[in-house]
Amino acid sequence: MKRGKWIWAGVALVAVTLLLLPFALSQAGTAWVRIANLALLYVLLALGLNIVVGFAGLLDLGYIAFYAVGAYTYALLASPQFGLHLPFWVILPIGAAVAALFGVMLGAPTLKLRGDYLAIVTLGFGEIVRIFLNNLSQPVNITRGPQGLAGIDPVRIGSVDFSRSDSVLGVMVSGPMKYYYLLLALMFGIILVNVRLQDSRIGRAWEAIREDEIAARAMGIDTTGMKLLAFAMGASFGGVAGGMFAAIQGFISPESFVLVESVMVVSMVVLGGMGNIAGVILGAALLSFVPEILRWTVEPAERALFGRMLIEPEVIRMLIFGLALVLVMLFRPAGLLPSVVRKRELTRDRAT
Amino acid sequence: MDIFVQQLINGLTLGAVYAIVALGYTMVYGIIQLINFAHGEVVMIGAMVAFTVINALAAAGMPPLVVVLIGTGCAVPVCMLVGYAMERLAYRPLRNAPRLAPLITAIGVSIILQHLAMLVWSRNVMAFPQIIPLTTYNFAGATITGVQLAILCLCFAMMAGLAALVYRTKLGTAMRATAQNPQVARLMGVDVNRVIAATFVIGAGLGAVAGVMVGTYYGVAQYTMGSVLGLKAFAAAVLGGIGNIPGAMVGGLLLGVVEALGAGYIGDLTDLCRYGLGPEASCADGGHFILFGSNYQDVFAFAVLILVLVFKPSGLLGERVGDRA
Repeated sequence: MKRGKWIWAGVALVAVTLLLLPFALSQAGTAWVRIANLALLYVLLALGLNIVVGFAGLLDLGYIAFYAVGAYTYALLASPQFGLHLPFWVILPIGAAVAALFGVMLGAPTLKLRGDYLAIVTLGFGEIVRIFLNNLSQPVNITRGPQGLAGIDPVRIGSVDFSRSDSVLGVMVSGPMKYYYLLLALMFGIILVNVRLQDSRIGRAWEAIREDEIAARAMGIDTTGMKLLAFAMGASFGGVAGGMFAAIQGFISPESFVLVESVMVVSMVVLGGMGNIAGVILGAALLSFVPEILRWTVEPAERALFGRMLIEPEVIRMLIFGLALVLVMLFRPAGLLPSVVRKRELTRDRAT
Repeated sequence: MDIFVQQLINGLTLGAVYAIVALGYTMVYGIIQLINFAHGEVVMIGAMVAFTVINALAAAGMPPLVVVLIGTGCAVPVCMLVGYAMERLAYRPLRNAPRLAPLITAIGVSIILQHLAMLVWSRNVMAFPQIIPLTTYNFAGATITGVQLAILCLCFAMMAGLAALVYRTKLGTAMRATAQNPQVARLMGVDVNRVIAATFVIGAGLGAVAGVMVGTYYGVAQYTMGSVLGLKAFAAAVLGGIGNIPGAMVGGLLLGVVEALGAGYIGDLTDLCRYGLGPEASCADGGHFILFGSNYQDVFAFAVLILVLVFKPSGLLGERVGDRA
């Protein structure tokens, strides 16, 4: 009884913090609200990837492709490129559906592949999508190639324009802050789906496939359908995040969807604790905030220590980031907040 | 036909280098089932060290071959040391951890190595000094340069050497035993840790030579060169069946050839004007309406990989592996 109360108090505290966070951050500058938005986007991505990697155990190294598909879908349907300006509520489901279609396109031919073979194929798929986006400017200009698409419509719901500041009940709410709340709502939606999925029939089926595919099939699980479902669902979340990214940035180019981004999302999932929703969120928040904090602290620190800039902050940031990945994995190989199943696996004797 | 032979030669040269890099991936994978994502960076470091030495010696007036050999001679031990340190610090402690943990440390190591290289050699592209005279030989209507010939010979020699090491020596036997079953190998008196370290060191040494070769071939080296090369080589290793040494060789050569031929022909093949399908405005006066140009070159490597794996999920020469994810 008492424990339940504490949990609810904790939830309330987190909720209040999350609701007030943009106001606190905007004191430090709107840039920080934007960083928080980017962090939320990464949380969406990591939660989507968690379905594929964490729940179903399918290592996907090309996840950013779905993010790209969602972003380009949004951009093409709401920018001057084709003169289309569909409303937000129409495009987002379309983006999710197109991304899901791509997910099935990737999943269907790779159903037989396992482990690392799947990893390289998904990686190749991600690269192929990026190369196409980069080159589909000739002979018919669709994506404008490396130049990218600009002038993408911001989100408008009714009379609320998300790119402008408004005063609500006497409080100034800036554009990025509005996006923050929209992303927060989306995040809670996706968390809800994740939580409900985990202990559903589908979630159990994924877990069974992850642990032993042959045994799962013997138990009557439709492994083909379940794996495709995992790919499609993970991809559709990626597509939604991509659409939001396009709307927030107003500009996208293939450069935003490189392999490193895929690797980053996988790192978030694994570092936080694969299959554990809280862990994945923690991983995504850490990996998106820490580099930014380093960006803002490394330069002053260097000036204070040496009196001048010795090493580019960007390099130090990446070095610390790489080192952090290695150290966290060395000391907590199952992630910061491991899932129960992974913990069990760690203690199990691993005979090969 | 001339273009065909020419592209075949170019493809084989590049493919041979892919094969050498792929060997580094596949040997490590075969023994501890780890995708060593940082291997591409080892190759890059090999190229950078060699270029530094070669640039320093270029003015000394030594014969070019000696200069390149000294450069390679410096690169190999450095890379071996990096490979050893990597295994010891980042992978060995995680030998019994969940599968994805070492993958993430490998990514971390790769980020660290790349940015350390940037600190040491800056962001700038390093150029290969003009010391090797351009010699060309005619072969079946195509030309092959001296550098290409040297790369091909060296690659095949290294492959033969590695095959001899793995299948003829005591260390090779120990490596194969460890790959099959580390526990039993240990019971048979194999020092498993040492064998694994040796695998990393040999792979890194091969990678260093490959780095020098690819740098010499293109004439430039930069701290970012490892990623794409590593990716392609990894694709080659999987294509041949990861963990399988002859597979990496076949996969590398095949990937190089497919890539070169694809880049050479795709523009012509997808020119809609050839089939009378292109719009009038573009096709008039022998114009072109090319759907996919040679800028899609990188797609081939992965498209072929995906196609092969769809029909043969364990790669060309690989055996069926159990699910280890």
